[in-house]
Amino acid sequence: MDILVCIKQVPETSKVEVDPVTGVLKRDGVDSKMNPYDLYALETALRIREEVGGTVKVISMGPPQAAEVIREAYMMGADEGVLLSDRKFAGADVLATSYTISQGVRQMGHIDLILCGKQTTDGDTAQVGPEMAEYLAIPHIANAIKIEELKDKSIVVKMDMPNTVEVAEIQFPCLLTVEKEIYQPRLPSYKKKLEIKDREVKMLSLKNFADQDEKRYGLNGSPTQVERIFPPAVNTDKEIWNGSGAELADKLTAKLKKSKFI
Amino acid sequence: MDCNCTNEYKQLDQKDIDFLINLLGADRVLVGENINEDYSHDELGGISKMPEVVAQVLSTEEVAKIMTYAYENTIAVVARGSGTGLVGSSVPIFGGIMIDLTQMNNILEIDEENLTLTVEPGVLLMEIGKFVEDHDLFYPPDPGEKSATIAGNISTNAGGMRAVKYGVTRDYVRALTVVLPTGKVIEVGGKVVKNSSGYSIKDLICGSEGTLGIITKAVLKLLPLPKKTISLLIPFANLETAITTVPKIIKSKAIPTAIEFMQRECILAAEEFLGKKFPDNSADAYLLLTFDGNSKEDIEKDYDRVAKICLDEGAIDVYITDTDERKEAVWSARGAFLEAIKATTTEMDECDVVVPRNRVAEFVKYTDELQEQFNIRIRSFGHAGDGNLHVYVLRDDLPKEQWQKKLHDVFECMYKKSVELEGLVSGEHGIGYAKRPYLFNQLGNDSIDLMKNIKLAFDPKNILNPGKVCQ
Repeated sequence: MDILVCIKQVPETSKVEVDPVTGVLKRDGVDSKMNPYDLYALETALRIREEVGGTVKVISMGPPQAAEVIREAYMMGADEGVLLSDRKFAGADVLATSYTISQGVRQMGHIDLILCGKQTTDGDTAQVGPEMAEYLAIPHIANAIKIEELKDKSIVVKMDMPNTVEVAEIQFPCLLTVEKEIYQPRLPSYKKKLEIKDREVKMLSLKNFADQDEKRYGLNGSPTQVERIFPPAVNTDKEIWNGSGAELADKLTAKLKKSKFI
Repeated sequence: MDCNCTNEYKQLDQKDIDFLINLLGADRVLVGENINEDYSHDELGGISKMPEVVAQVLSTEEVAKIMTYAYENTIAVVARGSGTGLVGSSVPIFGGIMIDLTQMNNILEIDEENLTLTVEPGVLLMEIGKFVEDHDLFYPPDPGEKSATIAGNISTNAGGMRAVKYGVTRDYVRALTVVLPTGKVIEVGGKVVKNSSGYSIKDLICGSEGTLGIITKAVLKLLPLPKKTISLLIPFANLETAITTVPKIIKSKAIPTAIEFMQRECILAAEEFLGKKFPDNSADAYLLLTFDGNSKEDIEKDYDRVAKICLDEGAIDVYITDTDERKEAVWSARGAFLEAIKATTTEMDECDVVVPRNRVAEFVKYTDELQEQFNIRIRSFGHAGDGNLHVYVLRDDLPKEQWQKKLHDVFECMYKKSVELEGLVSGEHGIGYAKRPYLFNQLGNDSIDLMKNIKLAFDPKNILNPGKVCQ
C-alpha cells in the first residue's frame, strides 16, 4: 500500500504567545518540532506498512527549514519526503493551504491512503485534511481513533464524533485524520539518523504544479480575513462534589461515561 | 515488621489534648476516630502505629510551643510530611503527638540576586519545580515521588534522577530553620555560597530523618534553568549488556544528568498501570539517559559520542526523546514504576543500596541469581549512573510466614553483597525503622555510638522520632 502522510512544522512550545499589539504569533527564539498529531498519523502509516508492506511518503509545506521535520520523519521510518516551498505560498489560509497541498499530492505518484493529524497545534483549525480531500475528490474520515480492519480495497475505521463513536468503512484512495488515541508514536532512531544522512528531501515549488495560477496560492488565494489572533483559553474548571461514597461513585461513572472515557 | 519497643513516654491525657486545642484550635487537632488511618504508616516501611493525636501546624512558633510542651512532659513526637517515605521514618512507633507539616506549604521568597528559594517545609516537590521554572530557574534534585514535601526530601537527603550531574538534595540546601527537641529554634547556614563556620549542623540535619529537629523553613539553592533537555532511550538485548555500558559512558566524560536502567517487565507493568503505551517495549532492557544544555546543537554534540559508544557496546538502537510529548511518554512511565510494580503484587519491600558505579552490573546480576535461588519475584530499576539501585522483592501469593522468612534471607544476601562491593545500605530512602539492622551490621559500634551521642546532644530526653536510624 502506498501511504502519504501530511506533516507540519510547528513551534515547539505549547505556551503560544501572541504579541498584544500586532496580534502576530511570537516565533522568535522558539524552536520548532513536528506537529504532535502528525506523529500519530505517521505512526499509523508505519504500522500499516509493517502489516501489509508498501511505502510511506511524507509531504510538508513551509519555508526551507521545514525540511527538518521531513528528516525527522525519515528517522522514524518514512521512505521519502517532499517539501512544498515557495515564497508565493506564504500567507496562505486554510483554503489556499489545502489547495496547495492537494496540488503537491498530485505530483507524488500513486497513493492509496493519505493520513493527517487531526489538527495542528499552532493553527488548531482541523480543516486542512478534509478540505484537501475535497480538492482531490476522494472520501475522507476525520478524528479516527482506531483502525478496525484493513481490507484490500477499503479500510474500516472507528471515529470519535462529538456525541458518538462511529464505525465506517471507506474505500481507497481516501484520507483519514487521526486522533492521538490511535497508536503511541515511536521515537526517532539515531541509527536511522546515521543511515539517512544523505537522503534527499525533494523540494517542489509553484512551477512544478499543474495549476500555476498564482491567484490560488498564498495570500492571493486566501479569502480569510483574520481579525484577531489569540491563544486558546486554558480550561482549568474544577467541580467539587459532596456525598456518600456510593453517590460519588455513581456520579463519577456517569461523568466519565459522558466524557467518553469509559 | 512488628514493633517490639516498650513505651516509656507519657501517654496523652485530656490536659495534653486541651493544650494543643488551646494552641491550634479544635480544627487542627485530630484525636481518636478523626485521625485518618494514613497517619499510621508510610508507603512501604512495613510497620504501622497510630499517633495519639495529630497536630496540624501553620508556623514555626506553633511547632516550637508543641515541642517545648512535649519536652517538659516527655511525650514522643514525630514530624510528618506527605508520608511518601519507604522505610517507616515517619511512623510514630511510640504513639504520642504527630506534627503534620503539610499545611505549612507556602513559597516564601524567590531571591533572584542570590539564586535562592525560601520555602515552608510542606511545599511539594512538584510545586517547587514548576514555580522556579516560571522564573527560568532550576531546582535540580529530582526524586521520582513528586508529591513528597521538601522537608521530607531534606530529611532523607533524597537523590533522584539528576544526581549524576547535579548531586543530591543536601547539595541544594543553603539554610534551615529548625525546631530542636527542646523547643528551641535555631537557624543554620545562610544565603551564602561558602561556609566554614564551625560544625555544619545544616548538613547533619539533612538526612537525619526527623530525629534531630523539625525543619520549619528551608532556603534552597537554585541554578539557571538549562534551556533544553533531550533524553535517549536505548534498548539492549539484555540487562547485562545495558549496565556494563554505563561505566563506559561515565568514562567518556560526557555528563548526562541521569542514567537510568529499566527492564521490560517494569515497562509492561507501567503500561498496564497508566493505561498507556510506552514508545517501545520490544527489548529486554533499556538505558535512559538525559542531557541538558542551552541549545539543541550543543546537546546533540554531547550525546552523539554517547550514542556511538552505546551502539558499539551492542545497543539495538538509540531513540531520541526531544519534545515535550516524547518526554512525557517516556518519563511518565519511569515515574510510575514504583506504583506500577506495587500494583502487580500483594506486598513488597525494597532495598535501596548504593554501590560504586562500576559495580552496578555485578549487583543487578546477583539479584537475578537470588530470584532463581529463592524462587521469588525480584524487580529492579534505578539510577545506574550513580550506583543507587532500587530492588523490590515481591510477595505475590506467599503465605505470611514464608514471605517474611524469604524476605529476610533475600535482604541478608543483598546487603551482604553490597558490603562486599563496597556499597552502603541506603542511597536515598534512608534507614528509618526498617533498615536499622543492616546499618548496624555495616557500620559497627564506633560509628553507631557516635551517631547515638549526636542524637543525645540534640535530644537529651529522646522524644523526637525515637526508635529510628541509629537506635
